[in-house]
Amino acid sequence: MYRYDEFDHAFVRDRLEQFRDQVNRRLAGDLTEEQFKPLRLMNGVYLQLHAYMLRIAIPYGTLSARQLRKLAHVARTYDKGYGHFTTRQNLQLHWPRLEDIPTILEELAEVEMHAIQTSGNCIRNVTTDHFAGAAADEVADPRPWAEIVRQWSSLHPEFSFLPRKFKVAVTAAARDRAAIRVHDIGLELRRGPDGGIGFRVFVGGGLGRTPMVGREIRDFVPENALLAYLEAILRVYNRYGRRDNKFKARIKILVHERGIEEIRAGVEAEFETLRGGALDVPAEARERIAAYFAPPAFADLPARSAALEAAWKADPTFGRWIARNTHPHKVPGYVSATISLKPVGGVPGDATAAQMDAVADLAERYGFDEIRVSHEQNLILPHVRKDDLRAVYDGLVAAGLATGNAGFATDIIACPGLDYCALANARSIPIAQRLSERFADADRQAEIGDLSLKISGCINACGHHHVGHIGILGVDRKGEEFYQITLGGAPGGEIAGAGSGVGESGGAEIGGADAAIGEIVGKGFSADDVVDAVETIVDTYLTLREGREETFLAAWRRLGNAPFQEALYGGRS
Amino acid sequence: MAYASNFRVLTANRLADGRVVYLGDRDWTVDLGAARLVQTNADAEVAERAGREAVAARLVVEPYLIDVEAEDRGVQPVRLRERIRAGGPTTGNAVAGNAATGAARETA
Ligand code: HEM
Ligand code: SF4
Repeated sequence: MYRYDEFDHAFVRDRLEQFRDQVNRRLAGDLTEEQFKPLRLMNGVYLQLHAYMLRIAIPYGTLSARQLRKLAHVARTYDKGYGHFTTRQNLQLHWPRLEDIPTILEELAEVEMHAIQTSGNCIRNVTTDHFAGAAADEVADPRPWAEIVRQWSSLHPEFSFLPRKFKVAVTAAARDRAAIRVHDIGLELRRGPDGGIGFRVFVGGGLGRTPMVGREIRDFVPENALLAYLEAILRVYNRYGRRDNKFKARIKILVHERGIEEIRAGVEAEFETLRGGALDVPAEARERIAAYFAPPAFADLPARSAALEAAWKADPTFGRWIARNTHPHKVPGYVSATISLKPVGGVPGDATAAQMDAVADLAERYGFDEIRVSHEQNLILPHVRKDDLRAVYDGLVAAGLATGNAGFATDIIACPGLDYCALANARSIPIAQRLSERFADADRQAEIGDLSLKISGCINACGHHHVGHIGILGVDRKGEEFYQITLGGAPGGEIAGAGSGVGESGGAEIGGADAAIGEIVGKGFSADDVVDAVETIVDTYLTLREGREETFLAAWRRLGNAPFQEALYGGRS
Repeated sequence: MAYASNFRVLTANRLADGRVVYLGDRDWTVDLGAARLVQTNADAEVAERAGREAVAARLVVEPYLIDVEAEDRGVQPVRLRERIRAGGPTTGNAVAGNAATGAARETA
């Protein structure tokens, strides 16, 4: 994985010392809250309901065992012993003391981590496919490109005060697992007509108040010109993006208001002045960065593992875990394993310090020292020998992490909601907990098949509800929590775990082009009623589907909202 | 039975660690039960002034008044958001943090 050079070390250290000084001046009274707030936000520190919150960047969701152990140590020493993995592949600590944060950042710097650009109107952490570098269906590892974009965008002077925050996601697989169409810029790594690598570029996607699916702005940008092209987009956005109205400031609104043709023309004009210039990424630079992501020393193994097949036939629970939580690897004899952070009744995305340590141990022992964070709020061991899967699974069982539900109804995405978040209208986590209890039965989940439930506690949509097959949005109705349901959303590609890396494969193939924003089904439900309503929707699907192969999403696309409305409201929506 | 529902309490987050605090009779307290109940507008002004002073003294940030009901069982905020701020996350034992050791650091 990427290692800091002298520049990176010096830069993180300078920033840390600056922030320590700012915290000291704040505590000593030399800075007011108004002066301090933008400074703390630039370092990932928010103030939430009960405490400060620190958002730690995990670039493109890649961690080493040493880094994960450090996160565990920080959570144990300076927080309440757990952390929350987010849909942006980051980690949030929900209880750090302001006084301790400089020391936390110092500890993180020891393992080349920080919290810079996890907040504010800048280019945020670049996200990618959590199976990057491992997936059988990828063109190339997208992470060197994510790293190049990270380096270009880090403290970019021109783009540190954009009209609004800016999110970039990269994928390199036939199936988009990075939700690129709901990012400000989505990059799809592909091969061009001459076999060279380049990117199809989407712009103007996003969730939040005005959800939109990104539009294709160029079908191929050669790899060396990527930064020039991104810079061209950012310049057009920086110039024309609306600063007068926070709700209209994202690039999606600009694309929507001006039309993709006008934006494309502006970007092309800008691109002409930039390409081939200082932003050109020469082959040596690309190779130098790619070398950090060189594949580990995989062994020459047979594609099948007899030991594994025997083990899973002997233990149906293990078999179930394999069927859902493994993903095909590009190297024979290996798989990627999903570690579900969605135990029944648990808090989606939470992991205790002990669990983080356990995962770090397993990664070191069986997984070439690599861990990934997925936008579905799970952890991944990207490279595991099939022969070692049983041992990994046993380790996960011991750590309480062996839930075999990836991509099932209980693999719920939920934002912190009103239990933590100062912006929330309603709680998300307790709804997720009750839903996961309702759908806990393993046979029933298997019967239902691929289904994503996603919950946000307000319109900001941190829980991706717009792209949940069933999306749940918390609203405030006269002081009461109320939940609006959308159906048919999809991030494009999606469905973690569908198609196991070992045995039979399942799940519908849904191309990246298939991203869609869910449609509101009707009037909302009280906190008491929303779980029943979701169950009604699921039961309606089970009754109406044309067979097990027709997933919830496929059935909804055939049927639309009408039969679900009928079941929920008896025709009176 | 609520015997009064028109009380208010001044709340804020403590600067140094962000914890939820309430203005008490003399000092700031993490215990809502020990908060100073404000009834009249004049009392509210006094409380808000104490809030501004505490901001200036770097004790707290973002003080504001909340509505509470003073019942036989004790003081309860009216709004759910404030009930959660007072009582902590409602995610039950499932929350990894509830069982965790770090809580010991939460000095009152
Ligand atoms: C608890 C503190 C948080 C605050 C104050 C916060 C604030 C916000 C705001 C204001 C927006 C809307 C911005 C816009 O559309 O311009 C937003 C969007 C978003 N946030 Fe959060 N958020 C928080 C936590 C999280 C967490 C925990 C996650 C991941 C689980 C997350 C992931 C996202 C995502 C994915 C979006 C929407 C994507 C998009 O930008 O279109 N946020 N957040
Ligand atoms: S969606 Fe709303 S409630 Fe949920 S974390 Fe984001 S801002 Fe908070």
